[in-house]
Amino acid sequence: MTSAGLLLWGVLPYVCLVALIGGTVWRHRYDKFGWTTRSSELYEKRLLRIASPLFHYGIIGAFFGHILGVVIPKSWIDGIGIDEHAYHLIATWLGIPAGLAALAGLAMLIVRRRTTGSVFDATTNNDKVMYVVLLGAICLGLAATFWNAAEGPYDYRTSVSVWFRSVFYGDPKIALMSATPIVYRIHAAVGMVLIGMFPFTRLIHAFAAPVFYMFRPYIVYRSRDARQLGARSPQRGWERVR
Amino acid sequence: MKPMAQLAMVMNLDKCIGCHTCSVTCKQTWTNRAGVEYVWFNNVETRPGQGYPRRHEDQEKWRGGWELNARGRLRLKAGGRLRKLATIFSNPVLPELADYYEPWTYDYKNLTEAPAGDDMPTAAPRSLITGKPTDIVWSANWDDDLGGMPEHLDDDPLVGRLSEKVRGQFEEAFMFYVPRICEHCLNPACVASCPSGAMYKRSEDGIVLVDQDRCRGWRMCVTGCPYKKVYFNHRTGKAEKCTLCYPRMEVGLPTVCSETCVGRLRYLGVMLYDADAVTAAACEPDEKKLYHRQLDVFLDPEDPAVRQECERAGIPHDWIEAARRSPVHALISKYRVALPLHPEYRTMPMVWYIPPLSPIVDALAASGHDGESLDNLFGALDTLRIPVDYLAELFTAGDPEPVRASLETLAAIRNHQRRKNLGEEEDPGIAGRVGLSGQDLDDLFRLLAIAKYGERYVIPSAAAGDARSLEESVLGDGCSLEFDGGPGMGGPFGETSGQPVPASVETFHALKERQTSDSSADKPGGRRVNLLNWDGNGRPAGLFPARRKKEK
Repeated sequence: MTSAGLLLWGVLPYVCLVALIGGTVWRHRYDKFGWTTRSSELYEKRLLRIASPLFHYGIIGAFFGHILGVVIPKSWIDGIGIDEHAYHLIATWLGIPAGLAALAGLAMLIVRRRTTGSVFDATTNNDKVMYVVLLGAICLGLAATFWNAAEGPYDYRTSVSVWFRSVFYGDPKIALMSATPIVYRIHAAVGMVLIGMFPFTRLIHAFAAPVFYMFRPYIVYRSRDARQLGARSPQRGWERVR
Repeated sequence: MKPMAQLAMVMNLDKCIGCHTCSVTCKQTWTNRAGVEYVWFNNVETRPGQGYPRRHEDQEKWRGGWELNARGRLRLKAGGRLRKLATIFSNPVLPELADYYEPWTYDYKNLTEAPAGDDMPTAAPRSLITGKPTDIVWSANWDDDLGGMPEHLDDDPLVGRLSEKVRGQFEEAFMFYVPRICEHCLNPACVASCPSGAMYKRSEDGIVLVDQDRCRGWRMCVTGCPYKKVYFNHRTGKAEKCTLCYPRMEVGLPTVCSETCVGRLRYLGVMLYDADAVTAAACEPDEKKLYHRQLDVFLDPEDPAVRQECERAGIPHDWIEAARRSPVHALISKYRVALPLHPEYRTMPMVWYIPPLSPIVDALAASGHDGESLDNLFGALDTLRIPVDYLAELFTAGDPEPVRASLETLAAIRNHQRRKNLGEEEDPGIAGRVGLSGQDLDDLFRLLAIAKYGERYVIPSAAAGDARSLEESVLGDGCSLEFDGGPGMGGPFGETSGQPVPASVETFHALKERQTSDSSADKPGGRRVNLLNWDGNGRPAGLFPARRKKEK
């Protein structure tokens, strides 16, 4: 076990988890006003109309693919009668279209962002860093899938996935991860960075996915809060006195 | 029965001169900030005309409001819950900035800083969105006073529904103004469209608001509102809309648009309604009956049983008393001269309009007739079909009868009052022709023509009113560096992050910023002090140009 391996697969995951959970709680507490999609549809619609759904549906597909391959243990999948070969086919032929859709959508979105003046003006440095990491994670994920299809099959469910779950048991299997092909290791590292920065970027809007809209009544009534006088709730601690 | 109270507005279009004072004061109060440059919570449209945003009444295109599904139940015209979530990544029917207009300022700096030359320097327009030179091609009231007619006449979605012959005559026959704010509907489609549940109707006064902390910028409300009165702030990424000036209304003051209305044509008051009956009324299959169905939803505050029921439902006593004196209730339910704007959208709007009689009087006078004579006016209402049909498209889903009844009442007031002024004997037949008494006509005259401040605005204050007035001195009123683009504005995650500042403080600083800057909204470093607004104290940043580095 090298010290780099220990840092990457034993320490970084916990740093990122703390950043993800702590950052989300912190942002929910202190920055509800900044918690938005920051949509630029008002500026430009023609490209967004194609690119945005393409990217989002692609990335949602990729997300569920990761649940299937990394979160759910191999034995469960085997248990419902999907053997290694069948799984590999499913992962390849569903994963590649989803990844390509996400990549194509993101590429179009970035081009649109750069070439449409008003959209570019609304882009922060934070956005730019995030786009680099997100694009990197998607490209590497696709590279790993392509590599697996061409050189493989490589069953990451006996290495990467086991390590991933072991992180949550508090006993990270660092040696397993250190032995995986390089493309998986880079993808996992970049992915962890992306997860860690999630609450500190505009990606946070994913956590606002409005699933409750399906169940609530159409018209929402709310009472004026009698305890609250100002336009915002009183801040914690003492109010400033001048 | 579930009685609820609603603060509602009536506008008397007969008195609107299209001066846009309401729009300007509203904008100065609420939307003079970056991100909402293109937004007018209150705007005044010339009719016939396209309106703002362009052709917003064309619901086949913009899909606003409700429609009935095959089973006769209400469904959002832009699609139900599943469809909303499926299209959440790019709202297919969101108006673009071009449908409103691209806001601009002028490059005034050039006037003083242009090098000496043969030509006078000009202040060329600059886009407030990109900061680049721009061409001014449209605005919120581009077709003001029928500007651009007849080129744009066919772009009015309502004119499109009238017959060919009518259209040609329209321009010379008829023109009037419609000031528009949020309708604060009883069955708001914007609230129903919000995936986050951030939009709500206040149960005390029915004001429809956006919770800025819960809005996530999905933009479905903009599509849902058929009046296009919810706007997207492109800087904060949140929806904003007319608040019916709730901070003023809560302390018993009229809205800014009402307060500053030169023609004194706005009325504010309480309407009591039965919340349980709203959905059933909005489900009325015949669009032309929607106006009557909405009237049935309102409760009569003079009915003791209703008052008892209201007390039981927890409506404060002074609100019920205010409902009895409500000018809005008188104009809508008692005299039925006010009509809803586009009831066919099925949102049960609560800003109603008294249709304009003046253009008809003018048309009569222009043709050499006595424009004040009751017989002439009644006859004109029959022969001048164009205005009545157009007004009916606007107010009653195409049913001319309520419009005619309202205009006849207005004509009767004129005639009744003329007889009084000329010292002639009162003719009970005049009032009788519109089903009212002479006293009714006197009362209406007083309400519509004298229009005393205290009678136009009957606003019960919220209970917290007194405490609220202390708010600005007691609660922290923000950091002095919190103006837009200032060092205190925005958290670490871009300009929109961090705690919001109270509305009053934010607009104050935004106003200050606008007055002291002559560059586009988000140009750092391009800020200069406008000496006209400088109070002579201290040395504000930008008073002098930046010190140049010493050349070596």
